[in-house]
Amino acid sequence: MATNEELKARRSRAKAMVLRKSSAGSAVPAVMFAIVIGVLVASTLFLHFDHIWWFPPAITPVGHQIDHQFLLTFIVTGIVFVLAQLTLAWMVFRYRDQGHKAHFVRGSHVLEVAWTTITLVIFVSLGVMAAHAWGEVHFGGPAPGALQVEVTGVQFQWNFRYPGPDGKFGRIVPADIDASVGNPLGLDPNDPEGKLNIVTPSLYLPVNRPIVLMIRSQDVIHSFFVRELRIKQDAVPGLVIPVHFTVNKIGTYEITCNQLCGLGHYHMHAFLHVLSQADFAQWEKKQWASLSTQ
Amino acid sequence: MSAHAPVHHTEAPKGWFRHYIFSLDHKIIGTQYILLGLSAVTIGVILSLFMRIHLVWPNAHIWGFANGIVSPEDYLRVVTMHGTLMVFFVLTTVPQSGFGNYFLPIQIGAPDMAFPTINMLSFWTTLLAMLVLLSSAFVPGGASISGWTAYAPLSAVGQIAGPGLGLGQTLWVISIALFCGGSLMSAINFIGTTIDLRTKGLSLMRLPLTVWGWFITACVALLAFGVLLAACILLLLDRLAKTSFFIPANLDVSGVLLHHAGGSPLLWQHLFWFFGHPEVYIAILPGMGIISHVLSTFSRKPVFGYKAMVYSLSAIGFLSFTVWGHHMFVSGMNPYSALAFSILTLVIGVPSAIKTFNWLGTLWGGRIHFTAAMLFAIGFVSVFVTGGLSGIFLAQPALDLYLHDTYYVIGHFHLIMGVAAIFAMFAATYYWFPKMFGRHMNETLGKVHFWCTFVGVYCIFMPMHYLGYAGDPRRYSSIESVNYLIPLHPVHYFISVAAFFTASAQLLFYWNFFWSMRHGKPAERNPWHATTLEWAVPTPVPHDNFAGRYPTVYRGPYEYSVPGAADDYIPQDIAPELVAKA
Repeated sequence: MATNEELKARRSRAKAMVLRKSSAGSAVPAVMFAIVIGVLVASTLFLHFDHIWWFPPAITPVGHQIDHQFLLTFIVTGIVFVLAQLTLAWMVFRYRDQGHKAHFVRGSHVLEVAWTTITLVIFVSLGVMAAHAWGEVHFGGPAPGALQVEVTGVQFQWNFRYPGPDGKFGRIVPADIDASVGNPLGLDPNDPEGKLNIVTPSLYLPVNRPIVLMIRSQDVIHSFFVRELRIKQDAVPGLVIPVHFTVNKIGTYEITCNQLCGLGHYHMHAFLHVLSQADFAQWEKKQWASLSTQ
Repeated sequence: MSAHAPVHHTEAPKGWFRHYIFSLDHKIIGTQYILLGLSAVTIGVILSLFMRIHLVWPNAHIWGFANGIVSPEDYLRVVTMHGTLMVFFVLTTVPQSGFGNYFLPIQIGAPDMAFPTINMLSFWTTLLAMLVLLSSAFVPGGASISGWTAYAPLSAVGQIAGPGLGLGQTLWVISIALFCGGSLMSAINFIGTTIDLRTKGLSLMRLPLTVWGWFITACVALLAFGVLLAACILLLLDRLAKTSFFIPANLDVSGVLLHHAGGSPLLWQHLFWFFGHPEVYIAILPGMGIISHVLSTFSRKPVFGYKAMVYSLSAIGFLSFTVWGHHMFVSGMNPYSALAFSILTLVIGVPSAIKTFNWLGTLWGGRIHFTAAMLFAIGFVSVFVTGGLSGIFLAQPALDLYLHDTYYVIGHFHLIMGVAAIFAMFAATYYWFPKMFGRHMNETLGKVHFWCTFVGVYCIFMPMHYLGYAGDPRRYSSIESVNYLIPLHPVHYFISVAAFFTASAQLLFYWNFFWSMRHGKPAERNPWHATTLEWAVPTPVPHDNFAGRYPTVYRGPYEYSVPGAADDYIPQDIAPELVAKA
């Protein structure tokens, strides 16, 4: 316990050493804060509305749903961001040391309850609303008659497999995997159902037809990502993970790998070609024809 | 509040080695942790500059790489080493083991940590872990390329999957396992000390929020590191004993069919993130305590809503164990569980928001002194808000579908976990330096350092959010390989330049830190007119903190500007009858 003498000595020392004047009373830090935060807010808003670096247009119905949810979240968090940062700047300006006495207050139950409830409601509502788009992607199956395509990741490329005209995929025998003889997936040569399976390094899909991608991996974890689909799915060895959607815009899009898979991760890259249904049927036929002549 | 155990040595050990190297003194050990973190952060920052150089000037010659060129595997080695050093040896180590070791015993009126020998052992284990990690850069095949998350099977199947995945990866796992050991011992020590060694009158609700931060962090660390240790042992077994915990059947890696079966790659992710998400709170909770402490001191006001601060810290600590699945929305985990993890993640944002509101409440009506420590504390609030709000996007699985593993995530976690925690460390350094070294750091340099860093980190990490919107994947060693990345080059250039600017500004800090140790203005016992017990002991703190005269605590930790008192602060250890009246 501190003695009385010690306390007196402490207090006189303290009086002799007034807190640094350079930091007291100055409005400079407040103005600096306000400027930095102002520039931050302005540039953030500018870049968002200018759309220079932004999402490419979505090409699926669920993609638009996700964009909508993004916009909602963006507006809510944007308002909070601006309010919170400007409040901070205001506090720093308004309550800079001007020789006044600080306002003694320990807190406020009303405020604590209010801001806890409000944040809880806002945050959880956003989460509940977002659940809808998530459900569209992952709950429930694809429409009957959807086109199934198997997507296989391997260091460092994507392979896509389509069923034969009978709609069936042939058996895979891991021991038969050998890219150098043109069998990168290990299709069993003795399985007639695999005979007309199309295997390509590019993904071709028909427009306006339900699609199911069966995503898998041969070695390590990869991740299938097409920006315009707004869908990303890890390809996990040992699992086959379905993802379903319907594309509504013809065009060519890029597929990237988004999970670190080794030194060639950055060039694990492929193209998605969305064709008209007629073009797709023709492409499919041509592939089958060339397979049956082999 | 027990009697102080007699095991604590009261006389300073004789001899330089006993005193400064193999010391049992919590202050020396704390300083050792801080210096270890300073070395790690120096290497980590230099590595991040290598990344930024390589991305925008891929043909630039960099010393230390084969032919001066950073190859794709070198880039991933740098990524992995940067992440591992920063997360484990800086963010986990400095705010908790560094500042916590130094100030927790003093702030609770204790002579030392409860178990000084275990304390020393924790430090040496941590140092060994770091040396093992760094040594992995010099073994055949080089350091690991699997990232700080070491996802299996990439990290489990050995060098067949790529360079650095042989001995380098094994050393990485051993290093992290050792680190877990050190952290577990340290956590037990912090918990025991806080519960048992508080001085007379120091009830739980009178603890400084720093102590609350360290205590809750230690509880979280005790539960989290045990799981990571188990995961590391399983991974080591997969690698060395050919078990199959994380490796499924029929893997064909580099054209070779592996003889493993029955393992699950997702098991690693569950174990890793069960540790990994609490880990981000291990990094930030001590910082939250420090920021509350500093904001209160320099606003000359009690912390607004002290109890709400304590409850929100505890709530974060508890909830941190329920949200790990938000790292796995696209992993192939059952999609229904994503909804639970999503809502829980949004809920854990609430106590964080409560803290932010209370920090603003602490500033409100205050008399704000702009010291360097205070500037970093205010800067912390700013980056914490920014980084926290981007988390609201990532917490929604539907949005994470797009943003997962893009630069958006990099921007988010660097602001909320990296920069915020670093700002807390800077605030702590400027605030406690006078107590630690008996001299002040130069305030003007400190302020210049703050403004450069504050502007710099926003210039680095805000644009990363735009890269994320454009779908730029993280951990790509080239920004040329995908067509849609080409228009993003200006953003990458801007980030690289900002990174160089910000890193250079840190030289001011190094200079200030080391110069002030010898030449700074001599410090008073209580230069900031603060209230907690670390300001009741002499400056610098003697070997035996309280020289056997343990203080009695009469009041809460943040009695500033109390009406009726002569001074605008009332230290915790002054008897009510001795408080001067106005």
